[in-house]
Amino acid sequence: MPKEREKCPAGKEVLAMLKTVEGAVVAGEMAVNCKPDVVACYPITPTTHLTEALNKAYADGKIPEYITVEAEFSALSALVGASAAGARTFTTTGGQGLLYMHEVLFSAAGMRLPIVMLVGNRAVSSPLNIWNDEQDSISQRDSGWIQIYCKSNQEAVDAIPQAFYVAEKIFLPVMVCVDGHYLTHAVEQVDVVDEKRVQSFLPPYKYPLKLDPENPVSLGVYANPTHYQAFREDLMKDMETAKELLIEAGKKWGAVSGRSYGLFTEYKVKDAERVLIGLGSVMDNVITVVDELREKGEKVGALHLRVFRPFPREELRKALEGKNIGVIDRDISIGAQAPVYVDIAEALNGTSTKISSFYGGLGGRGIKRAHVREMFEKMKKGPVKEWVASTDVKLL
Amino acid sequence: MIIPHAKPGTSAKNLTGEWKAYMPVVEGSKCIKCGICQNFCPEGIMGVVKKVPEIDYEYCKGCSICAIECPVKCIEMERIEDD
Repeated sequence: MPKEREKCPAGKEVLAMLKTVEGAVVAGEMAVNCKPDVVACYPITPTTHLTEALNKAYADGKIPEYITVEAEFSALSALVGASAAGARTFTTTGGQGLLYMHEVLFSAAGMRLPIVMLVGNRAVSSPLNIWNDEQDSISQRDSGWIQIYCKSNQEAVDAIPQAFYVAEKIFLPVMVCVDGHYLTHAVEQVDVVDEKRVQSFLPPYKYPLKLDPENPVSLGVYANPTHYQAFREDLMKDMETAKELLIEAGKKWGAVSGRSYGLFTEYKVKDAERVLIGLGSVMDNVITVVDELREKGEKVGALHLRVFRPFPREELRKALEGKNIGVIDRDISIGAQAPVYVDIAEALNGTSTKISSFYGGLGGRGIKRAHVREMFEKMKKGPVKEWVASTDVKLL
Repeated sequence: MIIPHAKPGTSAKNLTGEWKAYMPVVEGSKCIKCGICQNFCPEGIMGVVKKVPEIDYEYCKGCSICAIECPVKCIEMERIEDD
Protein backbone atom coordinates (compact mmCIF):
# COMPACT_ATOMS: atom_id res chain seq x y z
CA MET A 1 0.00 0.00 0.00
CA PRO A 2 1.37 3.44 -0.86
CA LYS A 3 2.00 5.38 2.27
CA GLU A 4 2.24 9.12 2.64
CA ARG A 5 5.60 10.44 3.75
CA GLU A 6 6.98 13.67 5.12
CA LYS A 7 7.11 16.69 2.87
CA CYS A 8 10.22 16.70 0.72
CA PRO A 9 12.48 19.79 0.62
CA ALA A 10 10.67 21.12 -2.46
CA GLY A 11 7.47 21.19 -0.40
CA LYS A 12 5.72 18.56 -2.49
CA GLU A 13 4.07 15.52 -0.97
CA VAL A 14 5.93 12.40 -1.97
CA LEU A 15 4.36 8.97 -2.08
CA ALA A 16 6.56 6.10 -1.06
CA MET A 17 5.99 2.46 -1.92
CA LEU A 18 7.86 0.57 0.75
CA LYS A 19 8.79 -2.98 -0.12
CA THR A 20 10.51 -5.60 1.98
CA VAL A 21 13.08 -6.95 -0.42
CA GLU A 22 16.67 -8.18 -0.79
CA GLY A 23 19.29 -5.51 -1.58
CA ALA A 24 20.73 -7.03 -4.75
CA VAL A 25 17.27 -7.74 -6.20
CA VAL A 26 15.90 -4.27 -5.52
CA ALA A 27 19.00 -2.68 -7.06
CA GLY A 28 18.05 -4.53 -10.24
CA GLU A 29 14.55 -3.11 -10.09
CA MET A 30 15.95 0.41 -9.87
CA ALA A 31 18.46 -0.24 -12.65
CA VAL A 32 15.55 -1.26 -14.89
CA ASN A 33 13.64 1.91 -13.91
CA CYS A 34 16.63 3.90 -15.22
CA LYS A 35 15.95 2.24 -18.62
CA PRO A 36 19.41 1.01 -19.63
CA ASP A 37 19.74 0.11 -23.34
CA VAL A 38 22.47 -2.48 -22.88
CA VAL A 39 23.44 -4.61 -19.87
CA ALA A 40 26.37 -7.03 -19.79
CA CYS A 41 27.20 -8.92 -16.61
CA TYR A 42 29.22 -11.87 -15.49
CA PRO A 43 27.69 -13.20 -12.28
CA ILE A 44 29.85 -13.21 -9.14
CA THR A 45 29.12 -13.37 -5.43
CA PRO A 46 27.84 -11.16 -3.82
CA THR A 47 25.81 -9.56 -6.67
CA THR A 48 24.69 -12.75 -8.46
CA HIS A 49 21.07 -12.00 -7.53
CA LEU A 50 21.33 -8.62 -9.23
CA THR A 51 22.61 -10.34 -12.38
CA GLU A 52 19.65 -12.72 -12.14
CA ALA A 53 17.22 -9.82 -11.70
CA LEU A 54 18.66 -8.10 -14.79
CA ASN A 55 18.48 -11.34 -16.77
CA LYS A 56 14.84 -11.74 -15.81
CA ALA A 57 14.13 -8.12 -16.79
CA TYR A 58 15.67 -8.84 -20.21
CA ALA A 59 13.58 -12.00 -20.57
CA ASP A 60 10.50 -9.94 -19.68
CA GLY A 61 11.38 -7.39 -22.36
CA LYS A 62 12.24 -4.59 -19.96
CA ILE A 63 15.88 -4.29 -21.10
CA PRO A 64 16.42 -4.15 -24.90
CA GLU A 65 19.85 -5.83 -24.98
CA TYR A 66 21.61 -8.19 -22.57
CA ILE A 67 25.03 -9.43 -23.64
CA THR A 68 26.11 -12.71 -22.04
CA VAL A 69 29.87 -12.68 -21.68
CA GLU A 70 32.56 -15.11 -20.56
CA ALA A 71 34.19 -12.91 -17.91
CA GLU A 72 34.23 -9.52 -16.25
CA PHE A 73 36.89 -8.16 -18.59
CA SER A 74 34.49 -8.84 -21.47
CA ALA A 75 31.48 -7.51 -19.58
CA LEU A 76 33.01 -4.09 -19.19
CA SER A 77 34.60 -4.18 -22.66
CA ALA A 78 31.20 -4.90 -24.20
CA LEU A 79 29.77 -1.90 -22.38
CA VAL A 80 32.63 0.34 -23.55
CA GLY A 81 31.51 -0.39 -27.12
CA ALA A 82 27.81 -0.07 -26.34
CA SER A 83 28.26 3.18 -24.42
CA ALA A 84 30.33 4.70 -27.24
CA ALA A 85 27.61 3.69 -29.70
CA GLY A 86 25.18 5.80 -27.69
CA ALA A 87 23.60 3.26 -25.34
CA ARG A 88 22.88 3.76 -21.64
CA THR A 89 24.77 0.93 -19.96
CA PHE A 90 24.74 -0.85 -16.62
CA THR A 91 26.66 -3.74 -15.08
CA THR A 92 27.59 -5.24 -11.74
CA THR A 93 30.51 -7.11 -10.19
CA GLY A 94 32.63 -7.27 -7.04
CA GLY A 95 35.84 -8.65 -5.55
CA GLN A 96 37.89 -10.65 -8.08
CA GLY A 97 35.50 -9.57 -10.84
CA LEU A 98 36.33 -5.92 -10.27
CA LEU A 99 40.04 -6.68 -10.22
CA TYR A 100 39.66 -8.52 -13.52
CA MET A 101 38.08 -5.34 -14.97
CA HIS A 102 41.05 -3.26 -13.81
CA GLU A 103 42.48 -2.44 -17.25
CA VAL A 104 39.11 -1.64 -18.80
CA LEU A 105 38.15 0.60 -15.85
CA PHE A 106 40.92 3.02 -16.82
CA SER A 107 40.00 2.77 -20.53
CA ALA A 108 36.31 3.51 -19.91
CA ALA A 109 37.14 6.57 -17.81
CA GLY A 110 39.73 7.80 -20.31
CA MET A 111 37.23 7.45 -23.18
CA ARG A 112 34.74 9.42 -21.07
CA LEU A 113 32.05 6.74 -21.14
CA PRO A 114 29.28 7.17 -18.55
CA ILE A 115 28.90 3.50 -17.61
CA VAL A 116 27.22 2.82 -14.26
CA MET A 117 28.26 -0.23 -12.26
CA LEU A 118 27.05 -1.58 -8.95
CA VAL A 119 29.97 -3.05 -7.02
CA GLY A 120 29.09 -5.58 -4.35
CA ASN A 121 32.13 -5.00 -2.14
CA ARG A 122 34.01 -8.19 -1.42
CA ALA A 123 37.42 -9.17 -0.05
CA VAL A 124 40.13 -10.06 -2.56
CA SER A 125 42.28 -13.18 -2.86
CA SER A 126 44.46 -14.62 -1.45
CA PRO A 127 43.25 -16.33 0.64
CA LEU A 128 39.97 -16.72 -1.21
CA ASN A 129 37.12 -15.04 0.61
CA ILE A 130 33.63 -14.13 -0.57
CA TRP A 131 32.71 -11.96 2.42
CA ASN A 132 32.74 -8.23 2.74
CA ASP A 133 35.37 -5.56 2.96
CA GLU A 134 36.09 -2.64 0.64
CA GLN A 135 39.52 -3.59 -0.63
CA ASP A 136 38.26 -4.23 -4.17
CA SER A 137 36.84 -0.80 -4.98
CA ILE A 138 39.34 1.14 -2.85
CA SER A 139 42.13 -0.46 -4.88
CA GLN A 140 40.51 1.00 -8.04
CA ARG A 141 40.24 4.52 -6.65
CA ASP A 142 42.75 6.02 -9.12
CA SER A 143 40.96 4.67 -12.21
CA GLY A 144 38.93 7.81 -12.98
CA TRP A 145 35.58 6.38 -11.84
CA ILE A 146 33.34 8.31 -9.50
CA GLN A 147 32.79 6.21 -6.35
CA ILE A 148 29.63 6.44 -4.24
CA TYR A 149 29.51 4.31 -1.06
CA CYS A 150 26.14 3.36 0.39
CA LYS A 151 25.31 2.81 4.03
CA SER A 152 21.92 1.13 3.43
CA ASN A 153 19.96 -0.48 0.62
CA GLN A 154 17.77 2.63 0.44
CA GLU A 155 20.91 4.67 -0.26
CA ALA A 156 22.02 2.10 -2.85
CA VAL A 157 18.72 2.18 -4.71
CA ASP A 158 18.67 5.99 -4.64
CA ALA A 159 22.29 6.20 -5.79
CA ILE A 160 21.69 4.37 -9.10
CA PRO A 161 19.62 7.08 -10.88
CA GLN A 162 21.87 9.77 -9.39
CA ALA A 163 24.87 7.88 -10.78
CA PHE A 164 23.39 7.94 -14.30
CA TYR A 165 22.50 11.62 -13.89
CA VAL A 166 26.04 12.65 -12.94
CA ALA A 167 27.80 10.22 -15.31
CA GLU A 168 25.86 11.40 -18.35
CA LYS A 169 26.44 15.09 -17.58
CA ILE A 170 30.19 14.98 -16.93
CA PHE A 171 30.92 11.88 -19.07
CA LEU A 172 32.63 9.86 -16.38
CA PRO A 173 31.75 6.31 -15.27
CA VAL A 174 30.34 5.72 -11.77
CA MET A 175 30.71 2.87 -9.27
CA VAL A 176 27.89 2.51 -6.76
CA CYS A 177 29.61 0.59 -3.96
CA VAL A 178 27.41 -1.57 -1.76
CA ASP A 179 28.80 -3.80 0.99
CA GLY A 180 28.52 -7.42 -0.08
CA HIS A 181 26.23 -9.61 2.04
CA TYR A 182 25.75 -6.92 4.74
CA LEU A 183 23.65 -5.02 2.20
CA THR A 184 23.35 -7.10 -0.98
CA HIS A 185 21.79 -9.97 0.95
CA ALA A 186 19.98 -7.92 3.59
CA VAL A 187 16.20 -8.00 3.35
CA GLU A 188 14.86 -4.67 4.51
CA GLN A 189 12.24 -2.04 3.71
CA VAL A 190 13.13 0.02 0.69
CA ASP A 191 11.23 2.68 -1.24
CA VAL A 192 11.76 2.16 -4.97
CA VAL A 193 10.90 5.27 -6.96
CA ASP A 194 8.85 4.20 -9.99
CA GLU A 195 9.99 4.38 -13.59
CA LYS A 196 7.91 7.45 -14.43
CA ARG A 197 9.41 9.54 -11.65
CA VAL A 198 12.93 8.22 -12.35
CA GLN A 199 12.52 9.22 -16.01
CA SER A 200 11.35 12.71 -15.01
CA PHE A 201 14.64 13.03 -13.08
CA LEU A 202 16.92 11.47 -15.70
CA PRO A 203 17.33 13.18 -19.10
CA PRO A 204 17.95 10.89 -22.11
CA TYR A 205 21.57 9.85 -22.75
CA LYS A 206 23.43 11.38 -25.67
CA TYR A 207 27.12 10.65 -26.27
CA PRO A 208 28.63 13.55 -28.22
CA LEU A 209 30.79 11.29 -30.40
CA LYS A 210 28.55 8.44 -31.39
CA LEU A 211 30.28 5.46 -33.02
CA ASP A 212 28.78 5.38 -36.51
CA PRO A 213 30.03 3.53 -39.62
CA GLU A 214 28.87 6.46 -41.81
CA ASN A 215 31.13 8.84 -39.92
CA PRO A 216 33.93 6.71 -38.48
CA VAL A 217 36.11 7.65 -35.50
CA SER A 218 38.48 5.69 -33.27
CA LEU A 219 38.18 6.21 -29.52
CA GLY A 220 40.89 6.15 -26.88
CA VAL A 221 43.63 5.68 -29.46
CA TYR A 222 47.33 6.52 -29.22
CA ALA A 223 48.36 9.89 -27.79
CA ASN A 224 51.92 11.16 -28.02
CA PRO A 225 53.92 12.34 -25.03
CA THR A 226 52.98 15.80 -26.34
CA HIS A 227 49.25 15.18 -25.87
CA TYR A 228 48.73 12.35 -23.36
CA GLN A 229 49.07 14.37 -20.16
CA ALA A 230 46.66 17.04 -21.42
CA PHE A 231 43.90 14.40 -21.56
CA ARG A 232 44.69 13.27 -18.01
CA GLU A 233 44.69 16.89 -16.81
CA ASP A 234 41.27 17.36 -18.42
CA LEU A 235 40.01 14.20 -16.70
CA MET A 236 41.26 15.46 -13.34
CA LYS A 237 39.58 18.85 -13.83
CA ASP A 238 36.25 17.26 -14.77
CA MET A 239 36.38 14.89 -11.80
CA GLU A 240 36.61 18.01 -9.62
CA THR A 241 33.55 19.49 -11.42
CA ALA A 242 31.68 16.24 -10.78
CA LYS A 243 31.47 17.26 -7.10
CA GLU A 244 29.01 20.05 -7.96
CA LEU A 245 27.00 17.68 -10.14
CA LEU A 246 26.84 15.10 -7.35
CA ILE A 247 25.46 17.76 -5.01
CA GLU A 248 23.01 18.89 -7.71
CA ALA A 249 21.86 15.30 -8.32
CA GLY A 250 21.48 14.69 -4.56
CA LYS A 251 19.26 17.77 -4.21
CA LYS A 252 17.16 17.06 -7.31
CA TRP A 253 16.66 13.48 -6.16
CA GLY A 254 15.35 14.95 -2.91
CA ALA A 255 12.61 16.70 -4.85
CA VAL A 256 11.68 13.42 -6.54
CA SER A 257 11.90 11.03 -3.62
CA GLY A 258 11.97 13.08 -0.43
CA ARG A 259 15.51 11.90 0.30
CA SER A 260 18.33 14.35 -0.43
CA TYR A 261 22.02 13.43 -0.54
CA GLY A 262 25.34 15.25 -0.29
CA LEU A 263 29.00 14.31 -0.63
CA PHE A 264 28.95 13.01 2.94
CA THR A 265 26.40 12.62 5.72
CA GLU A 266 27.09 14.20 9.08
CA TYR A 267 25.47 12.73 12.17
CA LYS A 268 25.73 14.91 15.28
CA VAL A 269 29.09 16.19 14.04
CA LYS A 270 28.60 19.95 14.58
CA ASP A 271 29.14 20.03 18.37
CA ALA A 272 31.02 16.72 18.60
CA GLU A 273 34.51 16.46 20.09
CA ARG A 274 35.18 12.96 18.77
CA VAL A 275 33.98 11.85 15.32
CA LEU A 276 34.32 8.50 13.56
CA ILE A 277 34.47 8.58 9.76
CA GLY A 278 33.97 5.67 7.43
CA LEU A 279 32.46 4.30 4.24
CA GLY A 280 29.48 2.05 3.82
CA SER A 281 27.35 -0.09 6.11
CA VAL A 282 29.71 0.01 9.11
CA MET A 283 28.55 3.58 9.69
CA ASP A 284 25.10 2.37 10.78
CA ASN A 285 26.75 0.67 13.78
CA VAL A 286 28.72 3.84 14.46
CA ILE A 287 25.52 5.91 14.42
CA THR A 288 23.86 3.53 16.89
CA VAL A 289 26.82 3.87 19.26
CA VAL A 290 26.81 7.66 18.83
CA ASP A 291 23.20 7.73 20.08
CA GLU A 292 24.11 5.45 22.97
CA LEU A 293 27.13 7.54 24.05
CA ARG A 294 25.26 10.82 23.58
CA GLU A 295 22.74 9.59 26.16
CA LYS A 296 25.64 9.25 28.58
CA GLY A 297 26.64 12.83 27.80
CA GLU A 298 29.64 12.09 25.57
CA LYS A 299 30.03 14.51 22.66
CA VAL A 300 30.54 12.09 19.79
CA GLY A 301 29.51 12.06 16.15
CA ALA A 302 29.65 10.05 12.91
CA LEU A 303 30.45 11.06 9.34
CA HIS A 304 29.58 8.76 6.46
CA LEU A 305 31.82 9.52 3.52
CA ARG A 306 29.37 8.87 0.70
CA VAL A 307 31.48 10.12 -2.19
CA PHE A 308 35.09 8.94 -2.05
CA ARG A 309 36.00 9.94 -5.62
CA PRO A 310 35.95 12.87 -6.28
CA PHE A 311 37.32 13.30 -2.77
CA PRO A 312 35.51 16.14 -0.93
CA ARG A 313 38.76 17.55 0.47
CA GLU A 314 37.81 21.15 1.27
CA GLU A 315 34.32 20.20 2.45
CA LEU A 316 35.71 17.62 4.89
CA ARG A 317 38.31 20.06 6.15
CA LYS A 318 35.53 22.51 6.97
CA ALA A 319 33.43 19.88 8.76
CA LEU A 320 36.20 18.24 10.78
CA GLU A 321 38.86 20.87 11.49
CA GLY A 322 40.03 20.95 15.11
CA LYS A 323 38.13 17.83 16.20
CA ASN A 324 39.44 14.51 17.46
CA ILE A 325 38.63 12.15 14.60
CA GLY A 326 39.06 8.47 13.80
CA VAL A 327 39.01 7.02 10.28
CA ILE A 328 37.73 3.48 9.79
CA ASP A 329 39.27 1.71 6.80
CA ARG A 330 37.82 -1.62 5.78
CA ASP A 331 40.75 -1.94 3.40
CA ILE A 332 44.52 -1.63 3.76
CA SER A 333 47.48 -0.52 1.70
CA ILE A 334 50.09 -3.15 2.39
CA GLY A 335 53.33 -1.45 3.35
CA ALA A 336 51.74 1.97 3.90
CA GLN A 337 49.00 3.72 5.89
CA ALA A 338 45.31 2.97 5.28
CA PRO A 339 44.03 4.68 2.08
CA VAL A 340 40.97 6.57 3.39
CA TYR A 341 42.96 7.72 6.43
CA VAL A 342 45.74 9.02 4.17
CA ASP A 343 43.33 11.14 2.09
CA ILE A 344 41.62 12.56 5.18
CA ALA A 345 44.93 13.25 6.94
CA GLU A 346 46.10 15.13 3.84
CA ALA A 347 42.88 17.17 3.76
CA LEU A 348 43.40 18.21 7.39
CA ASN A 349 47.14 18.76 7.14
CA GLY A 350 48.31 21.82 9.06
CA THR A 351 45.25 21.94 11.35
CA SER A 352 45.08 21.00 15.03
CA THR A 353 42.87 17.98 14.22
CA LYS A 354 43.84 14.75 15.99
CA ILE A 355 43.47 11.85 13.58
CA SER A 356 43.39 8.16 14.47
CA SER A 357 43.44 5.34 11.96
CA PHE A 358 41.49 2.14 12.55
CA TYR A 359 41.80 -0.50 9.86
CA GLY A 360 40.30 -3.96 9.76
CA GLY A 361 36.96 -5.66 9.50
CA LEU A 362 38.40 -7.52 6.53
CA GLY A 363 36.93 -10.52 4.74
CA GLY A 364 33.69 -10.58 6.70
CA ARG A 365 35.19 -9.83 10.12
CA GLY A 366 32.40 -7.67 11.50
CA ILE A 367 33.04 -4.31 13.10
CA LYS A 368 30.52 -4.53 15.91
CA ARG A 369 29.14 -1.95 18.29
CA ALA A 370 31.61 -3.10 20.97
CA HIS A 371 34.46 -2.31 18.56
CA VAL A 372 32.98 1.12 17.87
CA ARG A 373 32.75 1.86 21.61
CA GLU A 374 36.38 0.76 21.94
CA MET A 375 37.45 3.07 19.09
CA PHE A 376 35.70 6.07 20.64
CA GLU A 377 37.38 5.21 23.97
CA LYS A 378 40.87 4.94 22.43
CA MET A 379 40.48 8.29 20.68
CA LYS A 380 40.17 9.97 24.11
CA LYS A 381 43.81 9.22 24.90
CA GLY A 382 45.24 10.47 21.64
CA PRO A 383 45.82 9.53 18.03
CA VAL A 384 46.36 5.81 17.46
CA LYS A 385 46.97 3.75 14.36
CA GLU A 386 45.91 0.17 14.80
CA TRP A 387 43.94 -2.85 13.66
CA VAL A 388 40.32 -2.99 14.63
CA ALA A 389 38.35 -6.18 15.33
CA SER A 390 41.66 -8.00 15.60
CA THR A 391 41.58 -11.22 17.58
CA ASP A 392 44.11 -13.92 18.25
CA VAL A 393 43.37 -16.66 15.76
CA LYS A 394 45.64 -19.67 15.44
CA LEU A 395 46.34 -19.84 11.69
CA LEU A 396 48.15 -23.16 11.43
CA MET B 1 35.55 17.74 -21.55
CA ILE B 2 37.74 16.26 -24.29
CA ILE B 3 37.09 12.79 -25.64
CA PRO B 4 40.31 11.25 -26.99
CA HIS B 5 39.38 10.23 -30.53
CA ALA B 6 40.78 10.18 -34.05
CA LYS B 7 39.20 10.37 -37.49
CA PRO B 8 40.50 8.04 -40.24
CA GLY B 9 43.90 9.07 -41.58
CA THR B 10 44.84 11.20 -38.60
CA SER B 11 47.57 8.86 -37.36
CA ALA B 12 49.92 10.66 -39.80
CA LYS B 13 49.51 13.72 -37.58
CA ASN B 14 51.26 11.93 -34.71
CA LEU B 15 54.84 13.08 -35.19
CA THR B 16 56.61 10.01 -33.82
CA GLY B 17 59.99 11.69 -34.40
CA GLU B 18 59.81 13.24 -30.97
CA TRP B 19 60.70 9.86 -29.45
CA LYS B 20 64.32 9.94 -30.55
CA ALA B 21 67.30 10.58 -28.30
CA TYR B 22 69.86 10.29 -31.16
CA MET B 23 69.42 11.62 -34.70
CA PRO B 24 71.11 10.18 -37.82
CA VAL B 25 73.23 12.67 -39.76
CA VAL B 26 74.48 11.70 -43.25
CA GLU B 27 77.81 12.79 -44.65
CA GLY B 28 76.68 13.05 -48.29
CA SER B 29 80.18 13.13 -49.86
CA LYS B 30 80.99 9.66 -48.45
CA CYS B 31 77.62 8.12 -49.48
CA ILE B 32 77.76 5.50 -52.28
CA LYS B 33 73.97 5.59 -52.82
CA CYS B 34 73.71 1.82 -52.29
CA GLY B 35 70.13 2.06 -50.89
CA ILE B 36 70.83 -0.24 -47.93
CA CYS B 37 69.78 2.33 -45.29
CA GLN B 38 66.64 3.14 -47.27
CA ASN B 39 65.67 -0.53 -47.44
CA PHE B 40 66.43 -1.24 -43.78
CA CYS B 41 64.74 1.85 -42.30
CA PRO B 42 61.66 0.53 -40.43
CA GLU B 43 59.89 3.88 -40.84
CA GLY B 44 60.55 4.43 -44.56
CA ILE B 45 61.75 7.96 -43.99
CA MET B 46 65.23 7.84 -45.62
CA GLY B 47 64.13 9.12 -49.05
CA VAL B 48 64.52 7.15 -52.29
CA VAL B 49 67.21 4.71 -53.46
CA LYS B 50 70.01 5.78 -55.79
CA LYS B 51 70.05 9.16 -54.05
CA VAL B 52 71.77 10.45 -50.91
CA PRO B 53 69.22 9.80 -48.12
CA GLU B 54 66.97 12.71 -47.19
CA ILE B 55 65.74 12.01 -43.70
CA ASP B 56 62.26 13.05 -42.52
CA TYR B 57 63.12 13.89 -38.91
CA GLU B 58 59.44 14.40 -37.98
CA TYR B 59 58.98 10.62 -38.13
CA CYS B 60 62.55 9.28 -37.55
CA LYS B 61 62.53 7.50 -34.16
CA GLY B 62 66.33 7.41 -33.93
CA CYS B 63 66.68 3.60 -33.94
CA SER B 64 70.23 3.67 -35.48
CA ILE B 65 69.58 0.80 -37.91
CA CYS B 66 70.69 2.99 -40.85
CA ALA B 67 73.97 3.88 -39.15
CA ILE B 68 74.69 0.26 -38.22
CA GLU B 69 73.89 -1.11 -41.70
CA CYS B 70 75.70 1.59 -43.72
CA PRO B 71 78.66 -0.21 -45.49
CA VAL B 72 80.77 2.98 -45.70
CA LYS B 73 79.82 4.32 -42.25
CA CYS B 74 78.70 7.71 -43.52
CA ILE B 75 75.82 8.00 -41.01
CA GLU B 76 76.58 9.36 -37.52
CA MET B 77 74.10 9.19 -34.64
CA GLU B 78 74.20 12.53 -32.83
CA ARG B 79 72.86 12.98 -29.29
CA ILE B 80 69.95 15.42 -29.09
CA GLU B 81 70.46 17.81 -26.20
CA ASP B 82 67.23 17.90 -24.18
CA ASP B 83 67.53 19.73 -20.87
